[in-house]
Amino acid sequence: MIKLLLARLQQKHRTISFPKGTPVLPERFRGRPVIDSAKCAAGCKLCVDSCPTGAIKKENSALSIDLGRCLFCAQCEECCSCGAIKFSGEYRLAARAKADLILNGQEMKLAQVLDKRMKKIFGRSLKLRQVSAGGCNACEADTNVLTTVVYDLGRFGIQFVASPRHADGLLITGPVTENMKLALEKTYDAVPDPKITIAVGACAISGGPYIDLPRVNNGVDKIVPVDLYIPGCPPHPLTILDGLLRLLGKIK
Amino acid sequence: MPSSNAISLYNCQAVDAGRIPVVGINEFRKFVIEAAKSGKRIASFFAVPSSPHQVRLFAVLADDNAGNLSVLSSDVSDKYPSLTPDCPQAHLFEREIAEQWDVIPQGHPWLKPVRFHHSYSTGKGNKKEGPVIPSVMVFFKVEGEEIHEVAVGPVHAGIIEPGHFRFQCFGENVLNLEISLGYQHRGVERALIGGPDKRTLHYMQTLAGDTTTGHTMAYCQLMESLSGSNVSPRAQSLRGIAMELERLANHTGDLGTLAGDIGYLPTSSFCGRIRGDFLNMTALICGNRFGRGLVIPGGVGFDVNKQHCDTLVEKLARALKDVNVAADLLWNTSSVLARFEETGVVQPEICKELGLVGVPARASGVEIDCRFNFPAGIYRFAQIPISSWHTGDVFARAYVRWLEIQRSIDFINDQVKMLPEGQIRTDIKPPSPGKFCVSLVEGWRGEICHVGMTGPDGRLSHYKIVDPSFHNWTGLAIALRNQQISDFPLCNKSFNLSYCGQDL
Repeated sequence: MIKLLLARLQQKHRTISFPKGTPVLPERFRGRPVIDSAKCAAGCKLCVDSCPTGAIKKENSALSIDLGRCLFCAQCEECCSCGAIKFSGEYRLAARAKADLILNGQEMKLAQVLDKRMKKIFGRSLKLRQVSAGGCNACEADTNVLTTVVYDLGRFGIQFVASPRHADGLLITGPVTENMKLALEKTYDAVPDPKITIAVGACAISGGPYIDLPRVNNGVDKIVPVDLYIPGCPPHPLTILDGLLRLLGKIK
Repeated sequence: MPSSNAISLYNCQAVDAGRIPVVGINEFRKFVIEAAKSGKRIASFFAVPSSPHQVRLFAVLADDNAGNLSVLSSDVSDKYPSLTPDCPQAHLFEREIAEQWDVIPQGHPWLKPVRFHHSYSTGKGNKKEGPVIPSVMVFFKVEGEEIHEVAVGPVHAGIIEPGHFRFQCFGENVLNLEISLGYQHRGVERALIGGPDKRTLHYMQTLAGDTTTGHTMAYCQLMESLSGSNVSPRAQSLRGIAMELERLANHTGDLGTLAGDIGYLPTSSFCGRIRGDFLNMTALICGNRFGRGLVIPGGVGFDVNKQHCDTLVEKLARALKDVNVAADLLWNTSSVLARFEETGVVQPEICKELGLVGVPARASGVEIDCRFNFPAGIYRFAQIPISSWHTGDVFARAYVRWLEIQRSIDFINDQVKMLPEGQIRTDIKPPSPGKFCVSLVEGWRGEICHVGMTGPDGRLSHYKIVDPSFHNWTGLAIALRNQQISDFPLCNKSFNLSYCGQDL
């Protein structure tokens, strides 16, 4: 017992002071891309062609990036000699509507809080069931991390539960493979109303690297309605946490 | 001797595909069965369409002691005599071939779907018409008074990938566990044909997201061999660091989840956090916790400076201290040992017969490790001794992880100290046409095997991926025999296999 207590002391207090403190992200972290169409050379479409998921569009010399498709591989930044696309260290990426995920140089509209009724129900206690529907276990792993002492998800009243019947909503990862479609529909139906759905990662939002493959469904909202989109491949745990807290109105 | 017919290759040695001998099915069968009996392992076994009504079977056999691979092929049409009755480690490969190409291995004792999709050649599925429904098949059934069946999944209680588990129980005792997967099947191998293209690397990075570096390494080594390109010593060294950081994060996480599954919360809580520290070290190098963009064809995508190296060494030392304390609690707590010891035992003979790889094999005293037996890249210069234990139980699988954590930390420290100067990246040439190459990498779960073939245009004409989980899922089913069903989570975590890596 004494050994255990000494071990506990040795391991120290590790919970980060999010959302109050400034989170520490790796120096090379690739967060929200910043677009400056003014710098974009006329006639150049290198970034559009380099993007593995077709996330970048150029219409009448105006660039846009769909965060729902973006894998944050920075191929576009690498091939752009004009500096029109730069990946920033901004980890806040979650949005309520798919249209808000399309960046075109304007201020991004981050996720808004649930409506009054839903916030009253879920604002102080949200139980989620996680469903992996073809996810590669990276989004799953960085969701799981939220339950460790570093993020201590429980302090925000959010908890992952073992059954959809105990849950207020689903947190879904993966492009929704054909083989998981039925299981996802059944799990969604098993969650009592009212319920919310959260799509985490490029796969769950758009199909990600698997867009248009015959065995996948290009994302969760092809199957069930989605209330919150959290982009990334995979999203950083802070990106997921920020999205969840915005939805519950704990970050504004 | 039929074995003299097979072509012998080293890991990552590209040869003209035409040099791989094509023999009759009887000779092929005899060769594989005898090779397996003499202690070789099937690293890969797959079919490639060779004419409108034929497929060519390719067997890649690994000789761990000699460090070389033998490859042989044979053309078959709609059926051939199954190898499985005489060579159990062929069982899942033959099921896969049957599902993909509708070629029946006659006499296969357990011919069921693997991933639940329509056949690539005949379009047949497990239903007469319409979509294939996963886990719709005849499950093994035990009958008798007081026998009951427990079905779990595909959606599980934790934050975990989907799979279906069917237990036949007598009271608390599990008589048989049957595992039915395929829910994660995205069709990656088919999508790779005609590549490489701008998505190929992303498929590799997400084959199994927790093994991003491992699978990407296997792919990059393969492409470099197919194109005859060289990778600089500095890049090789950084790749080794990335590989071992991935192993550290996952092994540490596994020690934590093993502790969690028996309700021993201190180590569960500590290791959950320390795992993140290792992931953050990978992010220190490349900005992504899973190593996305770090290993790329021709080298690595990110260089490190002195400051990165110093930070890495300092963080490693701190993490080693923390994980040491956390692991030490496990080995010194009787209630932990009581649950770990003699639970889920896999005998070494069974390991060899089923062709298990990685941590579960080494935990049963089967000393195989690609870093040692088939070294490529940096592992040719800096060898890591094989860590093994002899008891084959949950304890052994946990303890081997702990031994490997220590070895990996030593390896990274050495690499950082002796990091060669020079380029980190060279532009690789396009792959040569008509080549065949096998690439083996010891991922944190075990042997990752990629086989690539190029067509006359130099594009990939076939690509076969074997995740270590593909070998090891049956090992988990065997470990559960005569165990209490309540020990399933513990046994499952002690293997910690990949669903998407197997389903592809």
